[in-house]
This record gives sequence, C-alpha cells and structure tokens, in this order.
Amino acid sequence: MPRVFKKRRLTAGAAIIVASTMALTACGGGDEGEDGGDSKAAGYNAAIGKIANPSKKKGGTLKFVAKQDLDYADPQRMYFGMSWDFSRYYARTLVTYDTKPGEAGNKLVPDMAEDMAKVSEDGKTYTYKLRDGLTWEDGSKLTSEDIKYGISRIWDKDVITGGPGYLRSTLDPKEEYKGPYKDKNLDNLKSIETPDDQTIVFKLPKPNGDFEQMLAMPTGAPVKAAKDTRAKYDQKPFSNGPYKFESRHVNKSITLVRNKAWKKSSDPIRPALPNKITVAINKNLEENDKRLMAGDYHIDMNGTGMTQSGRTTAIQDHRDSVDNMQTDFIRYVALVTKTKPLDNVNCRKAVFYATDFAALQQTRGGKLVAGEIANSPYPKSIPGNDDYDPYGVLERKGKPDEAKAKAELKKCGKPNGFETVITARNDNPGEEDAAEAMQEQLGKVGIKLEIATFSGQDSSNMSGSLEKVKKEGYGMVMTGWGPDFPSGQGYGQPLWDSRFIQKTGNYNEAQINDKSIDKAFDDAIATTDPAEAKKIYTDLGHKILDEAYWMPFLYEKNISWRSPNATNVYSTAGYSGRYDYVMLGVK
Amino acid sequence: MNDLNRSGAVAGEPVDTTSAPPSAFLEVRDLKVHFPTDDGLVKSVDGLSFSLEKGQTLGIVGESGSGKSVTSLGIMGLHTVGQYSKRRARISGEIWLDGQELLTAPPDKVRKLRGREMSMIFQDPLSALHPYYSIGKQIVEAYRVHHNVDKKTARKRAIELLDRVGIPQPDKRVDSYPHEFSGGMRQRAMIAMALVNNPELLIADEPTTALDVTVQAQILDLIRDLQKEFGSAVIIITHDLGVVAELADKIVVMYGGRCVERGPAEQVFTHPQHPYTWGLLGSMPRIDRDQTDRLNPVKGSPPSLINIPSGCAFHPRCPYADLPKGNVTRTVRPELELVDGSAESHFSACHLSAEQRERLWTEEIAPKL
Amino acid sequence: MLAYLIRRIIAVIMMVLVVLLTTFSIFYLLPKWSGQDLAVVYAGKGTSPEALEGIRNKLGLDEPVLAQFWEFVKGIPMGRDYANGADDVTHCDAPCLGYSFRTETSVWDALTSALPVTGALALGACIMWLVGGVAVGVLSALKRGSFWDRTAMIGALSGVSMPIFFTGMIMMGVFVHSLGLLKLDDELTSSDSIGVWFETLLLPWIALAFLQAAMYARLTRATMLEVMGEDYIRTARSKGLGEQAVIIRHALRSTMTPILTVFGLDLGVLMGGAILTEQTFGLKGIGYEAVNAVGSKDLPVILGVTLIAALAIAVANLVVDIMYAVIDPRVRLG
Repeated sequence: MPRVFKKRRLTAGAAIIVASTMALTACGGGDEGEDGGDSKAAGYNAAIGKIANPSKKKGGTLKFVAKQDLDYADPQRMYFGMSWDFSRYYARTLVTYDTKPGEAGNKLVPDMAEDMAKVSEDGKTYTYKLRDGLTWEDGSKLTSEDIKYGISRIWDKDVITGGPGYLRSTLDPKEEYKGPYKDKNLDNLKSIETPDDQTIVFKLPKPNGDFEQMLAMPTGAPVKAAKDTRAKYDQKPFSNGPYKFESRHVNKSITLVRNKAWKKSSDPIRPALPNKITVAINKNLEENDKRLMAGDYHIDMNGTGMTQSGRTTAIQDHRDSVDNMQTDFIRYVALVTKTKPLDNVNCRKAVFYATDFAALQQTRGGKLVAGEIANSPYPKSIPGNDDYDPYGVLERKGKPDEAKAKAELKKCGKPNGFETVITARNDNPGEEDAAEAMQEQLGKVGIKLEIATFSGQDSSNMSGSLEKVKKEGYGMVMTGWGPDFPSGQGYGQPLWDSRFIQKTGNYNEAQINDKSIDKAFDDAIATTDPAEAKKIYTDLGHKILDEAYWMPFLYEKNISWRSPNATNVYSTAGYSGRYDYVMLGVK
Repeated sequence: MNDLNRSGAVAGEPVDTTSAPPSAFLEVRDLKVHFPTDDGLVKSVDGLSFSLEKGQTLGIVGESGSGKSVTSLGIMGLHTVGQYSKRRARISGEIWLDGQELLTAPPDKVRKLRGREMSMIFQDPLSALHPYYSIGKQIVEAYRVHHNVDKKTARKRAIELLDRVGIPQPDKRVDSYPHEFSGGMRQRAMIAMALVNNPELLIADEPTTALDVTVQAQILDLIRDLQKEFGSAVIIITHDLGVVAELADKIVVMYGGRCVERGPAEQVFTHPQHPYTWGLLGSMPRIDRDQTDRLNPVKGSPPSLINIPSGCAFHPRCPYADLPKGNVTRTVRPELELVDGSAESHFSACHLSAEQRERLWTEEIAPKL
Repeated sequence: MLAYLIRRIIAVIMMVLVVLLTTFSIFYLLPKWSGQDLAVVYAGKGTSPEALEGIRNKLGLDEPVLAQFWEFVKGIPMGRDYANGADDVTHCDAPCLGYSFRTETSVWDALTSALPVTGALALGACIMWLVGGVAVGVLSALKRGSFWDRTAMIGALSGVSMPIFFTGMIMMGVFVHSLGLLKLDDELTSSDSIGVWFETLLLPWIALAFLQAAMYARLTRATMLEVMGEDYIRTARSKGLGEQAVIIRHALRSTMTPILTVFGLDLGVLMGGAILTEQTFGLKGIGYEAVNAVGSKDLPVILGVTLIAALAIAVANLVVDIMYAVIDPRVRLG
C-alpha cells in the first residue's frame, strides 16, 4: 500500500480493496433495481413512491428467488446491496434507514439505539443509549459489548473479508487494534467504549459527517462473542432480529423462521409479518422470471430487474404487477488519464461530444429499462447531483455534436482521431452492445475503438489492474457503480480520489490524480453541515465533468416484478431502490 | 420297404393326394420352399418327395445350395417362425409326420412337436449353442419345454444324456459353458440336447462338417448307436456321400432344389443312376486312396436358384449332356423314373437311356472310383 | 468369478488413484506454472500480503506439491485440520475432500447434499433410457419394416439430434408453465417426500434420457436384428420354445452385451448431460455445484466434484463390468 498518503484515506482505501472481489459484483455488476410490489391491480409503479398493498396481516411464507446468493450472510462481511437489505431480518444496527418509500428511505432512524447519537461539540464523540429488551435468539440479553465485539471483527482482515472498512478506517486509521481473534482484549480497541450494558460511545480521531451512515451498514451489527465461529459464522449468523436462520445452504437456499426471543417492543422498525422467509437460488434467470409470474415466488431478492423476455411478457400481460424503478446506479465510461492520448483533456472532451448518449440508452433497452440519460456523475439520490451539463448532452437530447468533437480533437493535436481500447464486461447484459455502439459512434470522428471484454469477476485484475491497463493500453472502461451509502463520500471517493488508486481491484479506473478533488473529499467529510457538504460535492461533480475524467451516460432504471400476493411493497432509496425487504408480508 | 411309388411328385403336376395320412412314419410330398427376394423368387426346394420309417436312416446328399438344409428346416417348421417381415418363405406341399400334416397344422401344435417328436442337430455346435448358458441349462430347457418337471429332475436327465453321448464326468461338465468344450464334445452335447426328449425323428444337418476327421467318425458311430437304441427315424444331411455310406438305409440326392436320384443306399452306392451322383461318389474322400489320384469332383458351380437352367438342371455341368438325342437335355426336364429292373424303388431323373448309364458306369466311372 | 471381481476392483482403485493424482496435479501445479498465486485464487484479489501469507500457511500451499498431495490423500480417511497458528484452525471432518474457504464448508458436506440429487437424476434417467430405448429397439427389430418400426426410428433420429436444454425448456414450458401439471421443487432434500422427488425429477429424467434412449433404440434394433439371425436362436426354436421365450431368454440376453458396453462408455457422457440438465431445470446437484465452483474459481470444490465424478464413473463401470460378466460367461475368463 502506498504509505505516502494520508493514513485515514489509506486505510479506507485498503478496506474497500479487501472487499473488492465481492464489491465488484455488488456495485459493478449491478443493475440494481427498485422492485415495486403490488397486489392484484395494485397497478403499474404502485410501489414507486408509495406503498403497494399496505397490510398488517401476519403469517404465511414470503418466498424470494435469486440468481445469486448473498455474498455473505455474516453482517460484517457482506457488501452486496441486496444482502444489506436482507440482513435487517436478523441483524439489527444502532441506526438504520427509515422504512419509507422512495427518497425518505435514505433518512437514518434509531433502531437498537433509543435515539440518534448525541454528538459532541467537536463532532468527534458519538454516544448511543440502547433500547430495553434487546435479545439474542437464545433469549440472552444483547449488550453494548456485543455491538463493540461485532464491529471489532472487521479489524481482522484475514478472516473477516468482504465487507466495507469504513468504520475501521474512520475509528482507527492507524489500525492499532489487531482484531478480536489476534487480540482478545477488546479494551485495546480504544475508539469504542462501553461504559455500561446500555451505552456505547464512539470516539473519532477526526470528525466525519457520514459516521452514522457507516453504523447503519451491517458492519455495525452486534455479534455475540461466544457464538462467533469466525469464518464459519457466515453459515448461520446468530440472530437478534425478528427472524433467525433455520438453514442456509450456500448457493442453494436460505430459510428464516421467526425468532421467538425477539421482542416487538424493542423494535420500532420491523413489522415481522411473514411466519417464514425462504430464498431459492436458481441460476436460470429466465426461468426465475417465469416462476415469479406463475406465482411460485414473490420477489427477486437480487433486485436486478427482469430479463428482456421476462419483462416483455410482464409488461404485456401483468402490467399491474410491475414497477419501473430508478436505481441509484450510474452507467459510465471512465477515461483513463494515464493512457495516451486521453491524458489530454481535449481528447477526453472529444469523446463526450462524439458519444451518442441516446443510442447508448437505446442499446441498453430504452428509457424505461435503461433509464434516463445522465448528465451528473452522481445518482439523483446523492446530494451533489444537479443539472450541470457543460457538454450540452441533455440539450441535444443525447445526440452527438461531431463538429465540436472534431474541434476538440484538433485542440488535442489529433485532428484525424486516435486509436484506443475500451473494456466491457461480457456478463453484464447490454454492456458489450453498448461498447460496440460507442465504437461505431466514435468511429465517425476518427476515434477508433478496439473492444476488450472479460467477465465481471475478472475485472478487478483486468480494468482494475494498473499493470494490465498499462500493458493493454486500455483507454476507456465501461462499467457501472452505485453508492455504498448515500453521500458523496459513500459514492464517489473510491471512483475519483487519487488515494484510492490500487494496483489491483482499482475502482478509480480513470486514475484521476487531482489534489483538488482529494481535498474536496476531505473537506466534505470533515464538515457536519449537510448543506456545506452538498455544496462541496456539487462543485466536485462539476470538476469531474469539466476535466472530462469520467463520463456518466445513464441513470439506471429497471423493471421489477412485484407479486400481487406480497404486501407492504415499496421501493426504497435506502437500498438502491430495492423493495424494503424487512417490511414485506404476504396475503 | 414301403416307399411310395409316386413319380407324380414332380414339379408342376398337381399332386393327387388326399388328406389321407400315409402309412409311412414321415412322408414328404411335393415340398416347395420359395423365398421372395429383390432379385426374384429363390426356389430353394422345388418339389421334393420322400418317405421314411422309424428306425430307418435317410441321407440327403447334395452340394451347398442344393436345398437340403432348407428341406430339413422346412420339416421342422422353422421357416415360418420368427419371420416377422413380409418376405417370409412360401411353402407348399405336404409333410406328414406320424399321421399328422405339419404345414396345415396350427403353429403352436407344430411348436409342441419340435424338440419332442422331431429334433435337430446343427452343423456348427459352437454357434448353434447359446454362448451365455451352460450346456446343462440348455439341455434342461429343452427338456422342460415339453416335460412339466422341476429343474432337479431335468438336470438329472441332462446328466444322464451327457453320460450317454460319452461326455466324461457329466455331473461336472453339465455346468460348463459351450466355450469350455472341445468341438467334438460340443457336438456330443448338441446330440444329447436333441435326444433329451426321445424324439421319433432326428435330423442331423451336416453333423460332422465342423469337426476333425477322427472326431467325425466317433460322432457318426454315436448317431448310429443312438438310433439303434432309441429306434428313431434319422435324416442325415450332408454334402459328403462318405458320411452316409455306412449309416443310411436310403439316399436322396438333391440338385438345384430337386431330387435327382433316390433309392436304397446300397443301390445308390452300387448302381448309381445319375451323373451327378457319380460326381459325388468321385469326390468322396477315401482313406485307401491318394488325394491326388482322386477323380475330379463335379466341375462348375451349383446353379442359381433364381434362374434354374432349363431342361435338366444339371446339364450345364454334365459331361454327358450331349449323349441323348437332340436338345432334350436342354429343353425337357427329366422326371424321376423307376430305374429299370429295380424292385427296390430306385428312382432317377436323367435323360440318358438305361443302357447308356449302364455302359458309362461300368466302363468309365466305376473303375476310377 | 471371484478372481474376476477382485481384478476389476483393483483396477478401479488404481484408476481412482490415477485420477486423484492427475486432478490434483492439474489444480495445484497448473496455476503454479502459469504464475498464479494459489493463495490469491483462494482469497480473492487485493488481499493484503500478510493475509495471503496466513492463507498460504493455513492451506499448506508453501509445502512441496507431493507433501500437499499426501496431506490431501490422508485427509480423505482421517480428516484434516487447516491451521495457521493455534488460534486459526479450521477442521474438516473425514472424509475430507478439501475445504472451501469461499463457502466455509467442507467439500464433502457440499457434495453430499448434492449427490442424492444427481444420483437420483442419473439413475432414473439410466433406467428410463435403457428400458425405453431397449423396448422400442426390440419392438422395432421384431416388427422390422412395419409402420411402428419406421415411426420409432424416425422419432429416434430426431431424438438423437435434440439437445437437452432444448427438450428441457420445451417440456418445462408445456408441462410446468402452460399446463401447470407439474410443480418443481426448489431444492430437493432428504426430508422431501418421494412424490416431490418424483415430480421434480420426472421432466429432467425424460430430458436426459430422451437423447440416449433414441440412440439405444437404434443400437438395440440393429443388434437385435443381428442376434435374431444367430444359429443359437434357430436352435432355441428347434427345441420347441415359444417365440416369447426365444426373444426374452435367448435373444435379449445377447442383445444386452453390446448395449452394456456402450452403456459403460456413456456413463461419462451422462455426467455431462447431468450438468446440462441440472442447469436447465435448476436442480441443485453435483453439476450445479460444479458450475458454481467454476464460476467462483472455488478450486477445492472443483477438485472434489472431479473426484466424485471420476469415482462415480469408475464404480458404475465396475457395476457394468460385473453385469457383463454375469451375462457373458466368456468374459469371466479374460
């Protein structure tokens, strides 16, 4: 790891990198969708911005189907958005996202904590009081010590791999603590204090306006030390929520049943409607769509939207059971600033002008399925998104401006264009097609693209490997990204902060090395004033566009199935537009 | 001998047979076995008649393709079973066995006679025995088809028969498989299987062809002994007159699906009346003579059964075809006629006059034999 | 017969050992030769050097390959502990075919839940295609040239040319989605009733068996025609046996020998077909595990699947050989 950078960033970066393999699929692979659910004739988009089939009826079995299993069931190791959504059934956190449709779902509310944190004047101390009646599935009392122990696990990067490292890098940037397996004395984790069973205090070396967001991630969930089976904990996490694991067969199935020890009085969030929750993992996506429509399952746990054939049938025959939801994913092309001639800003701008955004949208399935043309590098749910459009993309309705593209090429010293390589993932639906479309578009102004493809799983050591990028001369990386948590930091830092550049598993694919951007992140993180943070992130976004580092092209949408028999279905911004799983019930 | 003097049993002529059962034990009347093929109608057997009494041995002699095996299978009724295709054999004529006409009898009735009243020994015992079943099992099966007895009894019977046909340690060998037997042993076992039900008629189709010369004699001896013992009628089918020389009471010589000469064995051997028979006699291997000194066998090849030569079927190969006047050998089919002076029902179908035959036999053929 | 059996069993054991060694070498040497770090393969990209060192130590990847192989073989009967210091121990119960650090389960545990599914799929399909194929073939042979024969053989020809996923998808579309006659279970477990297993596996059986049954029908027909012309069939008839007894006791048994030979060879093909079938129908058997493992580069599971498949094929071939010897006494000598 490059030690020259500021320590805090460094560790945050490392944390993200550790999670890289999984995160890659979680973020990059993600056509994350908000599935809207709706019962008989609940209607098209009935779960967008409102609740479809509101109900308090308890009982029944809620059946999920999924192509992909949870990355991990262990709360400290999971990084997939769907896993975070799902984890609320059995892993509670101090604070969590509000159970409200749409953007309101981004708001944090207390969960195990009685109230939001009492933050000290200097913004460095966060104090929580726990609610009464918190229990584990064996009926034992859940204490603040359990929360500290759970969080402490992420310090052991050998065993607890996969999850985000924000808490670790924020609380202990120097990584003085070694984790509970190598150092059993939790007192050595000095930044978390548990003065009594009901109180937990976090002491940050520096203020961080997003700190509570980090605690809302499942990394902040408690683990009972006596029940911690380390790597094997993933098989069957010990529950403190309304449901517990009856069985988990990796890549096959999950069955959750009611946790009798859980007390409703201790939990203002979860209605716990179904008696049982099952997840069937089935690799055949088209088949899954058919069986969703046949009523064999209620909801697709992956929340990545239906297949092309599935959504065609669904929209035609069952329009009222379909939601077209905005995800907080952005499809983009990173322009690699270390690959010639894209080191020249004018050459990069030429790409912006030459790209036919409307055609890319069409290639990926049109406005309904692919989403609207993006002008901002931030998703609409992230503070910092605005209508800044320096290249007039929206103005031209996504059409290219070849004249301006040629002018920029001239300025760049390549009046006849240039040749470079664009990468695309062959297992992401539509990405290869989009790359081919770009190849054709840019060809019109003389920019000749060669397309390199690989699987999403390999991308961390293809487009994510500095050495590979250099060797193969990758100039553009086409992929997608969604926020870890809804802030400029949780979304953009891995993408644009130079201190996040890693030899492999690199997500700053453009290799942006701009001190003003790094500083903007530091300033935004340090402030506790959301308005100020928003201003900084907005300016940062403009900078990204002005320098033409990184070219967003779509605010992704998808088409999701919502079973008519599922109740309380709504899409929440808290989980990238997915349905709020913990609220679901069945008729 | 009570042979039937029916020269009428020739092809083409309506046979004046009522359904009256003959007195002979086995009587075949105007048997025709034709096979339709893409190239035309194969007339494997085309009007054959003969009869046989219990205790007698009949030798059917001829080259391969003369119809002798087809005749035996016809008697057994094996041309009509298991032929599922439309191209099954067309059979006409009559076959009387012990007062029962077989060709018009219900198939199941014939099946019940097979193996019990009449049984058969085949040329190559290795391929004729099922390779996957022990000798004992195969004999037991043959016995139990016709006898409602338990396996133990049947096994005893099998051992008894194996013993009788001269297989050493029959109680052990009964569990051996065909591939564990020598050729002669296999044929003995085959004979045991054929005799297990005390059949009244035993047909042996080239029983010694696949065997060593020394073994051949043993097997023939065995057949003779057994015939005496069981009193069955025996038909031996062979291309080698030598095989039947000492065994047969009667001989039928076949050529091109028809009988060219038939009569008491002694007559046929001492006064053969047909040039083809002479040829067969000439090709008999004899121990007392040098191989090189042997009279040439019949020259040429057997006739096509689809286009049987006109006139005398043998004329293309007959050295004496030109002796009779005119074109008679090429245009007129000779009929079986009682040989002059033969009280013993010796028949032959030849255009040569009795004198010509007598002269040729005594002056040209007999001395060279 | 006993001597024959012993010879065959020894041969099977030898074969499994060779497969074991080959597979092991492929999975442990090839990455090495191609310059990949096994620890990276196990842990995923971007793991810290210290963590990689720990993994190397824990899995014994720093030991010579032969020592690793010995550890692996020893683990099968004895079980195995993967240890990186006293604090970090992962136990893998006997029979230990390795431990998947991706899913945190012993390979054996992962495969034992999958084995019954694949076993039931393969066995059912085998029975279906043997019985179906042979029956159709025999009938066709006995009624050669008839309308039935022609229809069956044209059907067989089209069956041979239809891939599993095609027939599978069509059958699922018709019987499950359109008509709703069958309901497929998500995950077959030992607690499911036989009825559920049967209902879920019926279409996969047919899909997997169809192609093979078609081939076997043709093979059976040809063999049967040949056998019916054998001398010993004539002998059987000459004994006075009824035609049914001739076919069943004499002809069929001989017909089975070449079919068994081909069947032994086809068992390998069956594994491939099972993978396709499992994917098509979403069955969670060995093939499903294999595809998952390949997808996530879960080496221990891939190794385990390969071994189990090899063992299954070896054992199945042993059974075929024994059946062969039972049918044909001449084989016992050789």
